[in-house]
Parts: sequence; structure tokens; C-alpha cells
Amino acid sequence: MEERLPILQMKDIYKQFPGVKALSGVQFRLFPGEVHALMGENGAGKSTLIKVLTGVYAIDRGYVELEQKRIQIQSPQDAQAAGISTVYQEVNLCPNLSVAENIFIGREPRRLGRILWKELNRAAAKLLEERMNLSIDVSQPLHSYPIAIQQLVAIARALNISAKVLILDEPTSSLDRGEVRQLFDVMNKLKREGLAILFVTHFLDQVYEISDRITILRGGEFVGEYAASALPRIELVSKMIGKELELLEELPKLQAEAGDEGGEIVLEARSLGRKGAVEPFDLSIRKGEIVGLAGLLGSGRTETARLLFGADRADQGTLRIGDTGSVHTPRQAIDQGIAFCSEDRKGEGIIDDLTIRENIVLALQASQGWFRTISKKRQSEIAEQFIEALNINPPNPDQLIKNLSGGNQQKVLLARWLLTDPKLLILDEPTRGIDIGAKAEIQKLVMSLSEKGMSVLFISSELEEVLRVSDRIAVLRDRRKVKEMSGDEMSEQLVLKAIAGGGEG
Amino acid sequence: MLKRQHMPIVVTVALFILIFIAGSFRYTGFFSAQVLLNLLIDNAFLLIVAIGMTFVIVSGGIDLSVGSVIALTTMISATLLQDGWPAGVVIPLVLFIGAVFGAGMGAIIHYFKIQPFIVTLAGMFLARGLCYVISTNTITITDPFYTSVAQTKVSLPGGTFISISVLIALLVFAAAFYLAHYTRFGRNTYALGGSEQSAVLMGLPVARTKVGVYMFSGFCSALGGVVFTFYMLSGYGLHAIGMELDAIAAVVIGGTLLTGGFGYVAGTLFGVLIQGVIQTIISFEGTLSSWWTRIVIGLLLFLFIVLQKLFSSRQLLQKRRA
Repeated sequence: MEERLPILQMKDIYKQFPGVKALSGVQFRLFPGEVHALMGENGAGKSTLIKVLTGVYAIDRGYVELEQKRIQIQSPQDAQAAGISTVYQEVNLCPNLSVAENIFIGREPRRLGRILWKELNRAAAKLLEERMNLSIDVSQPLHSYPIAIQQLVAIARALNISAKVLILDEPTSSLDRGEVRQLFDVMNKLKREGLAILFVTHFLDQVYEISDRITILRGGEFVGEYAASALPRIELVSKMIGKELELLEELPKLQAEAGDEGGEIVLEARSLGRKGAVEPFDLSIRKGEIVGLAGLLGSGRTETARLLFGADRADQGTLRIGDTGSVHTPRQAIDQGIAFCSEDRKGEGIIDDLTIRENIVLALQASQGWFRTISKKRQSEIAEQFIEALNINPPNPDQLIKNLSGGNQQKVLLARWLLTDPKLLILDEPTRGIDIGAKAEIQKLVMSLSEKGMSVLFISSELEEVLRVSDRIAVLRDRRKVKEMSGDEMSEQLVLKAIAGGGEG
Repeated sequence: MLKRQHMPIVVTVALFILIFIAGSFRYTGFFSAQVLLNLLIDNAFLLIVAIGMTFVIVSGGIDLSVGSVIALTTMISATLLQDGWPAGVVIPLVLFIGAVFGAGMGAIIHYFKIQPFIVTLAGMFLARGLCYVISTNTITITDPFYTSVAQTKVSLPGGTFISISVLIALLVFAAAFYLAHYTRFGRNTYALGGSEQSAVLMGLPVARTKVGVYMFSGFCSALGGVVFTFYMLSGYGLHAIGMELDAIAAVVIGGTLLTGGFGYVAGTLFGVLIQGVIQTIISFEGTLSSWWTRIVIGLLLFLFIVLQKLFSSRQLLQKRRA
């Protein structure tokens, strides 16, 4: 493979944002017919590198060569025209247009300027059927399909733009196992056809399953390029986080200490349910307990959390928090000391154009009432304190939050809720799209919070993570709570069995 | 097959038919083809302007300048005609001015990333102000071409007739329908309204589309102004005050989402017709003040915005379930 010429080469790339050195001297090579994983922690510069490559950002220094010719990529159109297609972490399609249009918009089949709808729909259906093994009604608007399908549509679009280079930026973070399988089949097929694929993910298993080569970035700098088969997992991780792994290894030990059976009940749901969201379930959470919610994507995890928080109105059953009566609205839930950290941190959590400091004090300010403002000095103190405690990077309270990486944004959100000193913290996918180092930090934080008496409802698609942090696990399948297990019962195998639904329930 | 995304427009059409039937039962002489055609004759300019507005709103923007551009068009037309310019020069000139005016606003909105509301508000003041620079008085038009267009009745079977303005409006309607559904410009407009960020990342010509949308709206306003001039046969700085709001109301009642990305040109036609039929009913009633039109339109707007909200929250629910 080495004697071949790379189809894409990036040399000594530099990119600076106000106050943040996003990339300094990064190298990257991509060969035809390979899957090349780009790895790094949050804030390592992966997203920036991709945005540079796709023309969203201009580079300060360095150059890009495609097929041994230097190219200037100044806009996404340029990138597309050059044959570099990208599928982003968040599906970047137009939800209001039909599936077929989303694949072909900008390149619709036309005669004399008139769009030929029949041909368009037929071509889209054929493309999805043949290359993605997906047969759906392509004339329906995109928003009527789940995210996983939207993702496949996005890939189909990228494929269709006679791409030489396909960039997949975190494509698997919202897919379930079967969908990941389907995606990998497609990727393998494309690889055999000679396409060069740049793959970004946080799932190590997936990296080793599909990649031929790995490039590692850390803190905006180039660490190295390795053949996947020659780089042991543990080495990959330590190169990514740049420190030894004691942080990760001490985690499992923590679990044994937690788990207090006799604590008072903080939250109790009885036959709580909502039509079309979750079937009625019972759940109680004790003081200082971490309860995990496991289940596949779409099994009703988020819906359960929203019911418990009062964000969606239950149409049956009762919800009691502490010693009060029932809870119906988020406002009541917050008053009772519940904090909800949403999975959709972009849409429902952070406010892009405010600083770290302002984002952190938001919830506290709201709970105090808007007329008793917190002084700026006090705000800064609070922010500094959390920046240090949670290791938020960059450690500057006045940095705009939109300039932070996903993991650091998540930490800011956590800080916001921790500041209100909740009795129960609901965390919905707190580690999604976060690198392994930050993940471990957040897991560790959750455990130390529970030791201090805070209860946590922990929702995650990563089973391993749920098992590691939880004292008790509730398993959901098809919008029903099918099993609850604690202590020794909790094993990956049993949870998987419950998720898969072998015979029982 | 009826798809759920066609629901808003079905509601609009049904509402129009309902009002028309109600009027027919209540007033003698209401139920006639001519009353129906009069709706078009009296609202041809509104239809043209509202069609331009539909594109702007679908793209996720708003254009507040349309009423003022109409007034400016009547003023420029009237002065030039008074100075002896031929209609054949005046009409293309004012259309050109309207398109350039719109394109200018679009360019400012896009390249300086300023809210369309503010930019077009400035455009509205600017155009209205320019009217008074030309003259503060009404200028009557005596040009033979204008007067003959104004008086020409195009006969239809059954003794009914329409005006030339209606023909122009229907032509614009057909062109806009084609533009929206069968051209890249139209589809890009929808994409832009659906998600501007996605449109950029999908490599669509966002700048061209955005400027184009406002240019089209400016052009429609000027054309609406020309038709309005046929209707009024005068130029005056106070013409068409508040017309932008009538146009927006027609678009919203026609089922277009104010948040962009969703709506139909056909819906706008019925939005205009609903406004027209309410006006007609109030004139048939005789004793009611014409302000009642506003009251009813206001109530309808509330109704439709609530309907839109319900519609989009149901869509969201469906998505979450899927």
C-alpha cells in the first residue's frame, strides 16, 4: 500500500481562532481504497481539520494536495467540485424537503431547466436500494424518518456526488448496532471500489473493525500516523490523551463502594406512562444512587427521562419527588431539585453566543429570579471554580461557548446544573460524541457526586459505561421497561439479553 | 393521494369555499361567477405582491418594503408619464428599479448577515420617503395606454369579464408555481428555508438564491405597483400603506410557515381570495365599516398561526416516535 501515491495530502496545516490554536502543523494523508480513522480527544482539532478540508474554514498556513495537485478549497462548493464529500456528525440535510430531493438537490435531472420529478424519485429510490440496501418512500419529507435513516440518506447524497474522498464525521454516534453494521457494509464496499474514506469516531471498537490506518491528533498537533494493525488499543488511547491510563483503570473499583440500599427515596414513579412515548412503568431512585437506563436507540430512554422531569406530560400514573405531591411541569421538577441535562446539547442546552461564565450561571440565576442578579465577580468565581473542578478547556470564563469542543460544552452544561445543587441529576447521553479521556472524567465525576449523596439517572447507549457507573440498571425495550437489575445481576450479558428480549417479558 | 403536508392548503381552500357558500346563502346576488372574478379583479396587485412574498417567507425571510415599493412605482410611473415618457419605456424601467431595489436588500441581508426584518424595514422607509421627494401630491395619469388598460374588459363566456390586471396576475401565478416546484431556484429557496446551514454545506448557491428571492419580491412589488397604477390611475406617496401586512397575512393564511421552508404558491392564491371574499361580504352587508375586514383577517391570522403550531408540533411528535 505504501508505494502508492496518496489521493489526498494535507501538509503543515495551521489554523487559529481568537484565543484558541486549533491546528498547528498538522499532516494528513489519505490513500485510495482505504478507511483512515482520524482520532483525538475533544478539542484535538479533528472537527477543525475536517472543516478546513471541506472549505468551511480557510487555513492560515500549509497546503492541501488532491491527486498531487495543490488545491484551494474556499467553500463547501469548491470541496464538492473537487470530489471531497462530507457527512457530518449532525445530519446536515434539509428536513423539509423530500428524501429524493435531499439526495439530488443542486444536481436534479432537468430538461430545459425543468426538474424531472419522476426521474428524480426513481433515481433516488434506486440509489438507496442498491447502495444502502434501503427501500423507503423517497417522496416523503426527510423529517418523517428517524435520524438513522437520515444519516444513510446523507451518505447516499455524498456517494452520489462522484466522490473521490468521502469524509464521515462521527457518522455512527446516533446509530444502533444493526445500523452501524449496515453502514460498515457500505463502507467496505466503497473501499473495494477504490474510494478513500476518512472516518472520525469515538468508538474504539469501530476504529479497529473498519480502519486500515489511524492518524492521531492531540491539542491541535499531529501525533502520528499508524497502521491500525500495528497499534495496540492501549497505545492508541494513551497517545490520544497523552497521559497514562490510571484514570481509566481505577474506575471499576469505585463502583463497589457505592450503592446504598436503605437511603430515602428521592423520586418515585408509579405506572407512569404516555401514549406513543413510553408504556407505564414503575421506577424509584434512592438518595445517592446511580440508576442506569439501558436500551437501544429509540427504546424510549429519552422519553422516560422527559416524563420524569415533567418535560412531557404523562397521561397516566403518578410521579412523586421527595415528599411532595405529583409533578407535572419542569418548573415543579426544578423546584424539587431535579436537574435535566438533555441529550441534544446543541438544541436544548448550551447557548452558543454566551460565554462559559454566562452559560454556567444561567440555571442558578433562573432559580434565584431574574431580579436578584448575581454579581459579575461572584459569577467569575463560580465559573473559575467549575472550570478547575471539571477541567474545562480553554480555562477562560469569558470564552464563547461555541468555540469549545463538544466534550467541554458538555462539562459546562454539567456545571450549570451542579451549581443549583440538585438532589437528582438526570443525564441523557452525557458522553455522546466525547472522547475517551473526557468520558472517563465525566463518569468519575458522576460517581463522586453520588458518593456525596446526589442521585443520578444515567442514560447512555454505551452499555459498558452504564454498567460501570450504575448501582442499578433499568432496561428498556420497544418503549417498555422490561427489566431492572442490581448488584451482581448486572452483567453485560444479562443486560444484552434483556435488550434483545430472549423469550421473557 | 392526499399527503399530510398538504393539509394546511386543504384547510385554506375549504375555508374559502365555506365563506363563499355562506355569503351566497345570506346575500342575494352573491353567488355568481362575476363576484368570484371580481375577487381577482380587485386583488390582482395583492396577489402579485403576495406571490413574491411567498418566496421570501419560504426562504425564511420577510419583506416589509413591498407596500412602499408599490407606492414608489406609482409615483415614478405617474411623473414620467406626465413628462411625456411612453408607457413602453416606463413599465420596464419601474420593473427594473423594483428588481434592483429588492436585489440590493437581499445582498445586504446576505453579505452583512443582517436580519431581513430590519433591512426591509429600512427599505420600506427609503422607498416611501423617495415618493415624497418626487412629489407630495397626487399625480393623475392620463396616458392613453394606461387608461385603456384600466378600462379594457376581457370577456369570458357567460357574460362575465376580467381585467387585464387579472391576466397579468394569473400569468405571474403560473410562472411562480413553475418556479417554485420545477426549477432549481425554487427548490433552493425551500432548502434555504429548511436549514440555511445545511444548504451551505450541501454546496447550494445560497448567496445567489437569497439575493434572487428578494429580487423576485422586489420585481413582484413593482409589477404589483404597475397593476395598482392601472387600478388607481394615479401616483401618490400614500398609496398602498400597510400593503406589506396584507401580503404577509395572505401568505400565512395560505398555509406558508413563517419560519420558512414550507408553503405553496397555490396557498397564497387562496389566502388572497379569502381576504377578498371577506371584503366582499362586508360590502354586501352594507352597514358594517370596512374596518371589519381587518378584524376578521386578524382573527383568521390568529387561527392560522395556531393551526401551524399544532401542525408542526404534530410533525415533531411523529419524528420523535419514528
